[in-house]
Amino acid sequence: MAGLAEAGAVTALPELSQRALLWRRMRGHKGFLAGATLLVLIILASLLAPWIAPHDPYAQDLTKRMIPPIWEASGQWAHPLGTDNLGRDYLSRVLWGGQISLLIGLSVMVISGFIGAGLGLAAGYFGGRIDLAITFIITTRLALPVVLVALAVVAMISGSLLVVILILGLLKWDRFAVVMRSATQQVRGLDYVAAAEAAGASTPRIILREVLPNVAPQLIVVATVEAASAILLEAALSFLGLGVQPPLPSWGLMISEAKAYMFFSFWLIAIPGSALALLVLAINLVGDGLRDVLAPDGRA
Amino acid sequence: MIGYALKRLGLALLVALAVSAASFVLLRLSGDVALAIAGEGARTEDIDLVRKTYGLDRPLIVQYGEWLFRTLSGDFGQSLYFKTGVTGLIREKIGVTLVLAFASLALALVMAVPLGVLAALFPNTWIDRLSLALAVAGQALPNFFFALVLVMIFSIKLRWLPVSGSETWAHFVLPTLSLGLYITPPFMRLIRAGMIEVLAADYIRTARAKGLSPASVVMKHALRNALVPVVALAAVQLGFLLGGSIVIETIFALDGLGYLAYQSITHKDFPVTQAVLLILSVAYVLLTLCADLVNAWIDPRLRVA
Repeated sequence: MAGLAEAGAVTALPELSQRALLWRRMRGHKGFLAGATLLVLIILASLLAPWIAPHDPYAQDLTKRMIPPIWEASGQWAHPLGTDNLGRDYLSRVLWGGQISLLIGLSVMVISGFIGAGLGLAAGYFGGRIDLAITFIITTRLALPVVLVALAVVAMISGSLLVVILILGLLKWDRFAVVMRSATQQVRGLDYVAAAEAAGASTPRIILREVLPNVAPQLIVVATVEAASAILLEAALSFLGLGVQPPLPSWGLMISEAKAYMFFSFWLIAIPGSALALLVLAINLVGDGLRDVLAPDGRA
Repeated sequence: MIGYALKRLGLALLVALAVSAASFVLLRLSGDVALAIAGEGARTEDIDLVRKTYGLDRPLIVQYGEWLFRTLSGDFGQSLYFKTGVTGLIREKIGVTLVLAFASLALALVMAVPLGVLAALFPNTWIDRLSLALAVAGQALPNFFFALVLVMIFSIKLRWLPVSGSETWAHFVLPTLSLGLYITPPFMRLIRAGMIEVLAADYIRTARAKGLSPASVVMKHALRNALVPVVALAAVQLGFLLGGSIVIETIFALDGLGYLAYQSITHKDFPVTQAVLLILSVAYVLLTLCADLVNAWIDPRLRVA
């Protein structure tokens, strides 16, 4: 009887369900919690910008140029973070700028994720010549310096939000491909894939139904890292004047526009710079946390 | 080992060829080169003339073949903006970039090795937490923003260091700090993880049991093994430094390849852009080749691929 009761207890444990277990582990991870909270706050602030921003981010007022933020002596409550060289409200621009960074991070992640995960899954699942060919493509792509290629192509086509998204999306799939390839190779040899093959399932079905769900944790971890890296790259391109174009309030562009005034008004650089750092920090903390919780062996 | 080396060398050559084709096609397809040479607002006849003179009306593959042939003989053509030979221009600037890259790598290692080892020796103590916090913060700071903060503190407020230029060693301090600290976190994480793994290995227990001093165990037995993957990372990061220095060199007007590339891009000086792109890519291919060979030499198990 005692044995039976024990067996009952053992089978009762998985009743807690994988999801509940995962949720519990995430709630216990301090870094993940801090990152997730910060990220949610930034996303909310950016999405609600049309309602909470005190001013129009494009409205210029040359009589109100370079008002310092409120923590300086001549700050004004009408413009809590001050105004820029064209008299535009800085708080409003920072809030709207968050939308640009989030849009870049998300869309570059989706585009490069599709390309990279597709290549990685194909290479890892089929092996042989296909693997050889895809590995060659990945190696070639890795040899090209991203910043330089992106700058050169953007300069030729001329910069815009869409061009930056497309170029970064088409360039930044390498890490997705590398990680998905090795993760797929590991899953490929497992029994349930062989079982699905024996049951006569079609190849796309096996890849989508059996392989993909089991490499998803690594995919999610890479996706967060890549979103952060895309946001930093867009900021760097816009900072060099070859990314998002004025008057859009991209944080990188705001830093670039403020460079001429850094001598006396360093806050014009410090505010968008800190916003950028906070957003990337939040995404990286979430990514590190997800890695600890989802892929503890640290393959990703 | 020789068989592996030859195979790896063959692959590197193929990748270099593919990279040269990719960089050539990318720049050609993304814009009209003839228009770039003729300048904005040029008449159609002028653009056609440019197209003929520069041979841009021929098939892309013919142009690529000719460009590759000339490049291999060491001739990168003429710069449209600087009006001199591209080869000489690159020879003049490459030193600055190499100094910056190696100084930054050295700084990163000097920071990462002690911090990584200490974090591994005392896991989950304040020293581990501090180095982790530094790594997380370092990876989140955009390096151009960090560079501007350094300029604000050391050049504008304290007036210790120059803002821009590349005349003296002092001009290299801030760029090296900006790049070096930016690439420190990945090294630190790798060394910490490697040390923790190695310290748990049997041969470390044996070394300790033999009565070797703790310093000797850590330095001679553990660190040497933990540094193996660092070689590969250093090669990759050096490649990144050569390519990534474009932002930092531009901020500090440090007259190296990165700044040259930026100038060539903004002035649509495509022979220069193409040359720098090719050099950086081939440098990356060579660096990863060297890293693979060194690793295979250290660890024979890696010689299969």
